[in-house]
Amino acid sequence: MIAYLARRLIAMILTLLILSMVVFVVIQLPPGDFVTSYIARLSSMGEVPDENVVEAIRAQYKLDDPLFVQYWAWLEGMFTGNFGFSFEMKRPVAEIFSQRIGISLTVEILAIVVMWGIAIPIGIYSAVYQYSVGDYVATIVGFLGIAVPNFLFALILMYVCYVWFGVTITGLNSPDFANERWSLAKLLDFASHVWAPVLVIATGGAATLIRVLRANLLDELKKPYVLTARAKGLKRHKVIMRYPVRVAMNPLISVVGWVLPTVISSSFVTAIVLNMPTLSPILLRALLSQDMYLAGALILFMGFLTMIGTLLSDILLAWIDPRIRMGMIGAR
Amino acid sequence: MTMTTENLSAAEADKDIVATTEDAQLDAVKPGLQYGGTESQWQLIRARFRRHRLARVSLWIMAVFAIVAIFAEFLAPKDPHDVQARYTYAPPQALHFIDRDADGWRIKPYVYDYKVEVEAESLRRVFRIDETKKIYVRFFAEGFEYKLFGLIPMNRHLIGPEKKRKPLFLIGSDRLGRDMLSRLIYGTRISLSVGLIGVSMSLFLGVLIGGLAGFYGGLFDAATQRVIEFLRSLPTIPLWMGLSAAMPRDWSPLQIYFAITLILSLLGWTELARVVRGRFLALKSEDYVSAALYDGASHVRVVLRHMVPAFTSHIITAASLAIPGMILAETALSFLGLGLQAPVISWGVLLQEAQNIRVLATAPWLLAPGLAIIVAVLAMNFIGDGLRDAADPYTH
Amino acid sequence: MTQPNDDVILRVDRLNVDFTFGKMNLKAARDVSFDLRLGRTTCLVGESGSGKSVTARAIMNIVEPAVISSGAVTLFDLKEGEVLELASLDPDGAEIRAVRGARIAMIFQEPMSSLSPVHTIGAQIIEAIMLHQDVDKHEARKRAIEALRDVHIHDPERAVDRYPFEYSGGMRQRAMIAMALACEPDVLIADEPTTALDVTTQAGILKLIRELQVSHGMAVMFITHDMGVVAEIADDVVVMLRGDVVEHGAVEQIFHEPKHSYSRALIGASLGLNNAEARPAPPTEGTPLISARDLSLFFPGQRKLLGKPDPGVQTLKDVSFDLWPGEILGVVGESGSGKTTLGRVLMGKYQPEAGEALYRTGSGDVRDLADRNSFRDKQVYREIRMIFQDPYSSLNPRMTVEQIIAEPLWVNNIAKGAAMRDRVAELLEIVGLSPAMMERYPHAFSGGQRQRIGIARAIALEPRIIIADEATSALDGSIRAQVLDLLLKLRDELGMAILFIAHDIGVVRYFCDRVVVMHKGQIVETGTAHQICDAPREDYTKALLSAVPSPDPRNRKIMPPLSVAE
Repeated sequence: MIAYLARRLIAMILTLLILSMVVFVVIQLPPGDFVTSYIARLSSMGEVPDENVVEAIRAQYKLDDPLFVQYWAWLEGMFTGNFGFSFEMKRPVAEIFSQRIGISLTVEILAIVVMWGIAIPIGIYSAVYQYSVGDYVATIVGFLGIAVPNFLFALILMYVCYVWFGVTITGLNSPDFANERWSLAKLLDFASHVWAPVLVIATGGAATLIRVLRANLLDELKKPYVLTARAKGLKRHKVIMRYPVRVAMNPLISVVGWVLPTVISSSFVTAIVLNMPTLSPILLRALLSQDMYLAGALILFMGFLTMIGTLLSDILLAWIDPRIRMGMIGAR
Repeated sequence: MTMTTENLSAAEADKDIVATTEDAQLDAVKPGLQYGGTESQWQLIRARFRRHRLARVSLWIMAVFAIVAIFAEFLAPKDPHDVQARYTYAPPQALHFIDRDADGWRIKPYVYDYKVEVEAESLRRVFRIDETKKIYVRFFAEGFEYKLFGLIPMNRHLIGPEKKRKPLFLIGSDRLGRDMLSRLIYGTRISLSVGLIGVSMSLFLGVLIGGLAGFYGGLFDAATQRVIEFLRSLPTIPLWMGLSAAMPRDWSPLQIYFAITLILSLLGWTELARVVRGRFLALKSEDYVSAALYDGASHVRVVLRHMVPAFTSHIITAASLAIPGMILAETALSFLGLGLQAPVISWGVLLQEAQNIRVLATAPWLLAPGLAIIVAVLAMNFIGDGLRDAADPYTH
Repeated sequence: MTQPNDDVILRVDRLNVDFTFGKMNLKAARDVSFDLRLGRTTCLVGESGSGKSVTARAIMNIVEPAVISSGAVTLFDLKEGEVLELASLDPDGAEIRAVRGARIAMIFQEPMSSLSPVHTIGAQIIEAIMLHQDVDKHEARKRAIEALRDVHIHDPERAVDRYPFEYSGGMRQRAMIAMALACEPDVLIADEPTTALDVTTQAGILKLIRELQVSHGMAVMFITHDMGVVAEIADDVVVMLRGDVVEHGAVEQIFHEPKHSYSRALIGASLGLNNAEARPAPPTEGTPLISARDLSLFFPGQRKLLGKPDPGVQTLKDVSFDLWPGEILGVVGESGSGKTTLGRVLMGKYQPEAGEALYRTGSGDVRDLADRNSFRDKQVYREIRMIFQDPYSSLNPRMTVEQIIAEPLWVNNIAKGAAMRDRVAELLEIVGLSPAMMERYPHAFSGGQRQRIGIARAIALEPRIIIADEATSALDGSIRAQVLDLLLKLRDELGMAILFIAHDIGVVRYFCDRVVVMHKGQIVETGTAHQICDAPREDYTKALLSAVPSPDPRNRKIMPPLSVAE
């Protein structure tokens, strides 16, 4: 078990390192380096760059050194919380992070919880009552969940709420609360807003989860151990919950590995459509204005979150499946 | 306490044999499964695919989409870039076929013209359908000039107003008074081609890398596996965006188009490579592949004659399941302004217009490309599902 | 219904089970009737699809998606004098559930997939105990340990907390039996419980079931397709064919005075192999075709970063033998003995670390089959051909029979066009198939026919040696005999040598001239087929032979012989 965890951890660190290289390459892709674009930006705003500042930046990012040294300096910054400086917002990236990361995570975690809350009962129902009306409805809804892109679902939801109910569902707090301190009233207000993005993000992943769970469970329901359990005298429903569902859940947990990237991807798009104060609009703006250091830091950070989540799911999987715990089969 | 591999595979084999004979028994009573014995693989696949009703219908739907994409110029009533500032956010007109007037009725298609009203409070100009004025419409009408297939100069269109400059907005117009239907038709071409070209590139990469990994195994295989795992563990959208944001600003629409397709396929080949590699490994251990080697067949012949036919159907399946992903990715990128850029028209570019809630409330028809996306993606998914069920007609 | 006879515990009366596919209706069991008696073993025999398993499940009333359309399953309570009709009960109701596991228990063929992979053995047994007995968890655990002890599982106090994948196949089946018997049922239904096991393991399980049957005094219903097993354990036999009971009687009568032609065919196929006369073996003089010396092959385990090192497997250890022209040499052993690996080494699939296997080619030169380079020019492949175990995976499903058989002719430039077609037709006739079938694909053929196609492909190049890897073990009894006879005929006509790899020693006695017995990668004994089968010298060979069921109930080897009273 410990060996298994150590292996996963090492794999994660390596992956992160490779991702950082990819991101660094992406940062380097647009023509010009940090300083030239900094100067260009300042002059476009009619300001004259301060020579001292320029020199300081040059030194900090080691722009006169070879690319490898630049990469190392940047990576060091990433680890020490020095994420760089955003031209756009004229603030350190770290500051923007700390302000918005909480909301980002809250929405994403809520979305994952809701996703599983929707997917597990529907998936079990769908498999146990295969070809029933409920199964067909779930299948159709599942297909729609896959076919309707998140941003489109958000748009439609926005439209429907606005035209039919006269409600604007953008943002995460009403304007009155936006700059208030957190209180019960603000929390309630938050709840009245957050359902929309959570629903949008959850449905996309839930559709896939339902299909995976249903297919797994259908396989497991045919396994002889189900017959064994029934031959013991267990009630049919108890058998299903205690044995095949338990086994079919395992691959579902390993699915977290790709559910997380999907959730982060779709929360990104949804946040932009619904104009939520998360990290996503910052990333979009950074990308649109080629503010690559900010964008790079954000992408790396998203990758990091994904990997932490995947690691957690691996641990969970090893914990509940003895075959993995004892190294009989791989995690996926 | 552990089983040796030989032990395990022997037990597996025994079980499989029992299963197949039992399945054969069941097959005997399943309707529509009476094999004469001379049906080739593709005949069996077709027969199985045909039993998947949704997939069959979806195939027709995608055929319609393909025709729309190929004959976009002919099918579009108006030039999609033609700005008619007088008709901003004009609502859809219903097409009527039977023209009734004092003289009786005859078959003559027409739509109603618009009248402009100014809203009292907001002072906005609003178009209303004016049921007093008819605009007659004819088929194979003359319209803007174009070259069919880029070669044959033509100016006929499937449908068009009798008088060229009269408004004809069957599904409404956009902010600049451009015909949404024509834009949607042109967008179909771009969006589908991104999916198709992107998947072709992914397919090339996937088959090459997956095939080599499966064939040679060893270190190359292990390295490929790690790369695939790595790519699959990333949140794709932000990374795509990073890459497309890094594109130089002065690139032409065509360059951007190919760059976007390339970006999508660079991250999209993994699934295909996985499928190819998996099939390759599974086939390598099939007895009939060993048998072909023992027959004296060369490696090339074993691969081409015995292995490739066994996984073409799987590759087609994986490719058709990858197309909707490509279409969705392009749409999302373009929607956020990081993919294709106007004046190029794609479904995602079109949906960019629909971002604002107020615009959406006045002109909900701007969501029409969304409908096209949903239908296309659903249809492709069903086709993929049908293919997957049919891809291996020898298992049950 | 009243108690018909003092020891009848369960009566199946005109039972019908139907499967429905759309509008089609399949009768999986048709008017099946028989009794189970306490202390007696009733065997249900028949080939796959004959309705044996469905009948067993119908007794437990777990047949969905099928339905019990008519008939009765009556369970008698001998002490209380009560009777309970099971077939008409609600399949998920309390009454039938009180019977399942408590009064009727069941074990299955695949002990691995019949146990939940994510629960410990103990948890699964304790669950059964607590369902039917009013005990607390602590007591249930104690009883579970006792149940494991009863089935002779070593160190039951620790075994109880282990997972099924930590058990070997035989131990899993023992654990299944422990679970089934934990509530001391009156009836044990065993559905092919030994089919997936090696002969020695099978013998152990059969003995165990008998022992527990005697100590518990229960009725056993044993489902199998292996007539040897039937002859060893049955008191009564029910022969089924496509859902019908074609014959029903005492084991003595079924084996020695079978009335139905199908029973006769079943028994004939297994007795025939056993009563083979000794054939004159080809002389083992001159030079052998293959002369293998000290072949050793070690499969290293996978090395994992930070994981436990996998010790690897010594698959072959100092294997030496000769294959003489025209002889049939049997290689016998249980799974894991290295016999299949040996065949693959000779085909150049694996290269041994040590030893040599010198092959004298048709053109007179000598090649070492342990060297990959010997296979370069394909000459060896033309002269040594292979027949595979699984007739379903050994033929490319995407090629017609003609293309399959013609492949070696085509790639070796032996025949093309019309000549090739004629040769394929000729080969099909040799193996007993109609040349008209050559345009069909393999899916149109049965297992036996497919194996004939595989043989036609093997003899297309008139080879000097055929390596047959478990070539008949996937086939049912009567078809197996036909294929063996075909191979014998071909050997006599074409004069090739056959290396016959098998786990079934009964087949070996019938088919082979000489035999090598393998165990854990080593050859333990070599001799003529009759010497090995009738007078084995080594202990392992003796154990292996004594574990093989005798196909005659008068001559039981594993079980005590039938008592005279019966």
